[in-house]
Amino acid sequence: MTYKKLFLLFIIIIFLFIGLQASNQPKPVSAFSEQVIQQGAVGDDVIELQARLQYLGFYNGKIDGVFGWGTYWGLRNYQYEFGLEIDGLAGQTTKQKLVDASNYDEKYVKEQIKQGRKFTHYGGVDNKKQSVPNKTGDAGGGEEAETTNTASVNVPQGYSQNDIQLLANAVYGEARGEPYVGQVAVAAVILNRIESPTFPNNASGVIFEPRAFTAVADGQIWLTPNETAKQAVLDAINGWDPTGNALYYFNPDTATSAWIWTRPQIKKIGKHIFCK
Amino acid sequence: MFRWILIAILTLGIAGTAVWGYQEHQEKNEILIQAENTYQRSFHELSYNIDLLHDKIGTSLAMNSNQKLSPQLVDIWRLSSEALSNVGQLPLGLLPFNKTEEFLSNIGDFTYRTAVRNLEDNPLSDEETKSLEDLYKQSGNIKDELRQVQHIALENNLRWMDVQLALANEDEQMDNTIIDGFKTVEKKVEGFAESNVDSSIIGTSSKEHQYKFLNGDKINEKEALVKGKKLFNVKNEDNITVTKSGEGADVSMYSISYRNGDKNAYMDMSVQGGHPITLLVDRPIKEKKLSLNEGLKKSEEYLKKFDFENMTIFQSNEYNNIGVYSFLYNEDGVRVYSDAMEVKVGLDNGDILGFTARNYFMNHTDRDIPEPKISKSEAEEAVNPNVDIQEDFLAVIDNDLGEEVLTYEFLGVLDNETYRIFVNAMDGKEEKVEKLDGKEINYAGNM
Repeated sequence: MTYKKLFLLFIIIIFLFIGLQASNQPKPVSAFSEQVIQQGAVGDDVIELQARLQYLGFYNGKIDGVFGWGTYWGLRNYQYEFGLEIDGLAGQTTKQKLVDASNYDEKYVKEQIKQGRKFTHYGGVDNKKQSVPNKTGDAGGGEEAETTNTASVNVPQGYSQNDIQLLANAVYGEARGEPYVGQVAVAAVILNRIESPTFPNNASGVIFEPRAFTAVADGQIWLTPNETAKQAVLDAINGWDPTGNALYYFNPDTATSAWIWTRPQIKKIGKHIFCK
Repeated sequence: MFRWILIAILTLGIAGTAVWGYQEHQEKNEILIQAENTYQRSFHELSYNIDLLHDKIGTSLAMNSNQKLSPQLVDIWRLSSEALSNVGQLPLGLLPFNKTEEFLSNIGDFTYRTAVRNLEDNPLSDEETKSLEDLYKQSGNIKDELRQVQHIALENNLRWMDVQLALANEDEQMDNTIIDGFKTVEKKVEGFAESNVDSSIIGTSSKEHQYKFLNGDKINEKEALVKGKKLFNVKNEDNITVTKSGEGADVSMYSISYRNGDKNAYMDMSVQGGHPITLLVDRPIKEKKLSLNEGLKKSEEYLKKFDFENMTIFQSNEYNNIGVYSFLYNEDGVRVYSDAMEVKVGLDNGDILGFTARNYFMNHTDRDIPEPKISKSEAEEAVNPNVDIQEDFLAVIDNDLGEEVLTYEFLGVLDNETYRIFVNAMDGKEEKVEKLDGKEINYAGNM
């Protein structure tokens, strides 16, 4: 019957169409790398993602290469408007659609970030290439200067880089000769003290409490900490506590106070005994 | 003869004086360090308090219910007076620093006035909200400047004693970053259970359920060693030591450590059931090869391997080629904040670098989560109408009294800041409002 034939033809055409679509799909995204970008990520892909979202008007924050909340909402709104699955992840499809819909002037954006200028990357701007700003940083052609420039860094919720630095100073002064976990442990004790009602409630208060830490009393806290100490502090802030909730520690070879021996001991890490 | 005696006495006298002088010198140094430490403490506390103040004002802007707002304003008032006393302890007497002090006392006055009046009958007027917004902006400026000064001071090991000397000498070419920094702060102003409340609420624990969920039989040291070897992924026992915890521990555990050249590892394992509680691996991290997202897959596989079921990703972050992931226990679509665990993945080769489930084991228990009594849209009404709600979940959190409550969790945006708002799913009370940050200006790149 002609009906059947027509139907078959129809099916074949549909299959062909789907085949075409499918063979189109895996075309690699031109600029982005292969990774799926998710919240918390840093780097060039994030810069491109923010720049492209801003080009389309979904992202009004600064282009700083750190995937924070602003970028997350921008991406979700973009996915919503473009009928994609709203998951806040920049996967292959999302990236492909972004690349198709927007332009990314990589040279311009990178240059701005390197020079630490205020800049934006909104779309619909004429002669963008020409409007690459001169040294004063004015951008012609509609490049409004409103966001601040410096790249940002990820910090744990509620902490500043300076808080981390101060903690790293204390950890380095107190425990630089200790194994890594011993350094995390010292950082964890400081954080446990901040939480405890019997101690001051911020890092500076706990660290500089008179007679609390020997490294503070003899000035060793002002040695420059290394990366290991900083990493140890980050681990402690992110939830690692190898001490099992200790509030005190001491070195049994040098401890002068008899009182400290009366505390219930939890464990020994490196040279330090940790206790409640 | 007499001459010799005289020489001996004089020598002794000189030696004595030297010893005395040296001791004096030592004492003087000690006292100098102590004075310096007091200054440092006030300075760092000041920056921290201003930062906290800024966040709290921001949070109060996103609040809706007055029974939540009053305590918040009281808190801001208290913080402002603390910051003021921090300023007072710094050797800035010779600097015109009154604007900043004025600003702090303005915040204090404003929040005191509003906090003590009955906000139920007499809520914040538009004008007052407006001035709260202004204060928020100003405190943001001051915070950024102070953090910048603090960064420079820490980076260059600047001493407050030097500041004091520079101020006392009144040298014209005062090249002192701290002084300059504070002058900038001052200029900017021309134009307020503090235990880190803005830190994330995950893992907050009520004391009643301590390590309830450690099931299984007790294991001995040998078994712990075998398990440890497997977890560390090493074959021989040569570099492994096992010790048992002392009487002070909340729960008895084995501490297993491994040391071999570049790679060190450490783990706490519960005696009851042999569950790994924390694990930390320390080794040099090489060039980044995996994305944060691929790291997430690795950490999810890892949790599956230990039969932690129903864990959903809550937060992910990348620091120096290391991915840090937080997971929350998810019971039929309800996120339980206290049952949290963290996993750390090296983004160079995808190895697990750390794992901690203390909060999970401390708090996890078989819960009987009730059905919400109010609907989502009813709960939404309790949220400040200016907040643009983007995402919502059902969540169990610990409230101010440390009790577990079922809430609607809303993620919303107000003036480019993201807030997390919890509304009780039983009575519609606003339980908690948090301002979310997680990233910061790179002060080092700003100089």
